[in-house]
Amino acid sequence: MSLKTDPNIPDPDGFYAELIDAHEGLSDDGSHALNARLVLLLANHIGDRDVLSDALKAATLNR
Amino acid sequence: MLDDRYSLAFKLYPYERSADQDADAPVRTPVVIMGGGPIGVGLALDLGRQGIPVVVLDDHEGIGMGSRAICFAKRTLEIADRYGCGEPMLDKGVVWNLGKVFHEDRKVFEFNLLPEEGHKYPAFINLQQPYFEKFQVEQMRALQAQGAPIDIRGKNRIDAVEVKDDHVVLEVMTPDGPYTMEADWLIGCDGANSALRGMMELEFEGRVFQDSFLIADIKMINESFPTERWFWFEPPFGSGASTLLHKQPDDVWRVDFQIGWDVDRREEMKEENIRKRLDAMLGDVEYEIVWSSIYTFQCKRMERFRHGPVIFAGDSAHQVSPFGARGCNSGMQDVDNLGWKLGLVIEGKAPDALLDTYDEERAHGADENILNSTRATDFITPKSKISHMFRNAVLDLAEHHAFARPLVNSGRLSTPCTYDGSSLNGPDVLTGGPSRTRVGSPCPDAPLDDGFLISRLGNGFTIMTIDADAVESIEEGGITAQPLAISTAKDPSGALKERYLGGAKSAVYLIRPDQHVAARWDSFDEAALRAAIRTATAKGAA
Repeated sequence: MSLKTDPNIPDPDGFYAELIDAHEGLSDDGSHALNARLVLLLANHIGDRDVLSDALKAATLNR
Repeated sequence: MLDDRYSLAFKLYPYERSADQDADAPVRTPVVIMGGGPIGVGLALDLGRQGIPVVVLDDHEGIGMGSRAICFAKRTLEIADRYGCGEPMLDKGVVWNLGKVFHEDRKVFEFNLLPEEGHKYPAFINLQQPYFEKFQVEQMRALQAQGAPIDIRGKNRIDAVEVKDDHVVLEVMTPDGPYTMEADWLIGCDGANSALRGMMELEFEGRVFQDSFLIADIKMINESFPTERWFWFEPPFGSGASTLLHKQPDDVWRVDFQIGWDVDRREEMKEENIRKRLDAMLGDVEYEIVWSSIYTFQCKRMERFRHGPVIFAGDSAHQVSPFGARGCNSGMQDVDNLGWKLGLVIEGKAPDALLDTYDEERAHGADENILNSTRATDFITPKSKISHMFRNAVLDLAEHHAFARPLVNSGRLSTPCTYDGSSLNGPDVLTGGPSRTRVGSPCPDAPLDDGFLISRLGNGFTIMTIDADAVESIEEGGITAQPLAISTAKDPSGALKERYLGGAKSAVYLIRPDQHVAARWDSFDEAALRAAIRTATAKGAA
């Protein structure tokens, strides 16, 4: 399986609002920590090493 | 006493002394509309066409200068079409489909609205608001000439209201001094800063956004841009935190700069300073500034749009950010929803409770608009460092990956509201019926062999039969539903079948005067149809 890069999130606006709301009231460090936990949770859910490597590459914007 | 608050684009209803000013006792009229903008005149058209006497009072003598609303959605044009003024708007307007999104100096992606075939009206037109209003007023004059009981009075300012159980007493100021009149119903269409709301001390709750926007409408000289919507996040020319460029008729371009909260309005409004921003963006291009303005906005609504005999519509009832063109477009849907209900109640054909469903259905619409415009605003003007970081991450990824593009929000353009769960909704028992025409939906247009479906619906109730036995008109409790028999045998594109039948072989739709679906079935059942007409007019099914 390869990394999905086509739209795959139902209700994208609702998801985005929930993501930003989760950070409401957090300090910068608090936000970084939340993001780190979120990445780890999602990575475990995905579970596919190749997909995770592809995602890491894509997130670096192929630098 | 009656100083103009703004200059006029078109002086269309100069002050004339009314007989009501010389009457011995205050004259009572069924409906007074406060405010002669697009919502007030829209409602006057709706009621006037029904033969309901209506007086529009406006404190100016015509249409205000400045383009303000420029983007009019399909549903608005379909409503205007029902009132008889949709076609001139379409002829004058600019149709656009292509949008481009930029971040700093890079194009992130472009989108095409890809309009669906088989509609009389496009998804959107761009048109300066004064033109939109002028076509409405011209249609109002045409209806008046045919005897429609519409009266519009310029330089008539409502200074005080006294709300009784079943009518309202109005103190009206004119250049000849004050007079008193009475109305069974007073409709507040007096805009976001509604004086009526203030007089009645009604709350207007929501969020104020700490940002301001500088609009400049410019006319190009020897130059042109394509007919596209261009939106910059953090533009490289440094003219603001975001910028929108959009074409209007008459070679006029709307430029909208987000300039921050802490600005000196007087300084920013100086032509030399506006030109500095424009020159940085446009380079060495000649243009003339047609109109400019600085605005701030809020996302707010009244808790209730109806207060006894006083009803609010448009921006006076709810205000949204401009992202998504949901102001004037939602106000026109208010008018569409209110007109037939008020008409039936005034004629004694429906109970007063029908008007409470205006509040129910349009509050649902307002919440949807406020949600969408708040989300767009939060994306365009991130409120925190982390929100800004996510926004730019979305833009960075959107340049390379399709998945991030639906997350880019530079305004979700107005789509009509579906009244899911409305108390006026009847049975939705068309087996295999498409979701887009479920009960509560506005009817999507479709091509017929002799024109468009949308022009055959509305004004009264319609019983639309598709590939089913034709029916006679039905009268239920003073309300007549007229039949409209159509057939997919004359549907070469298949659009009618796709939009109204889905998996069904035949269908019977009951359609409201505002072209929303009230109920639908596989086949005709007179008792069920009569019950649905009662439900749709707040009389209870039994």
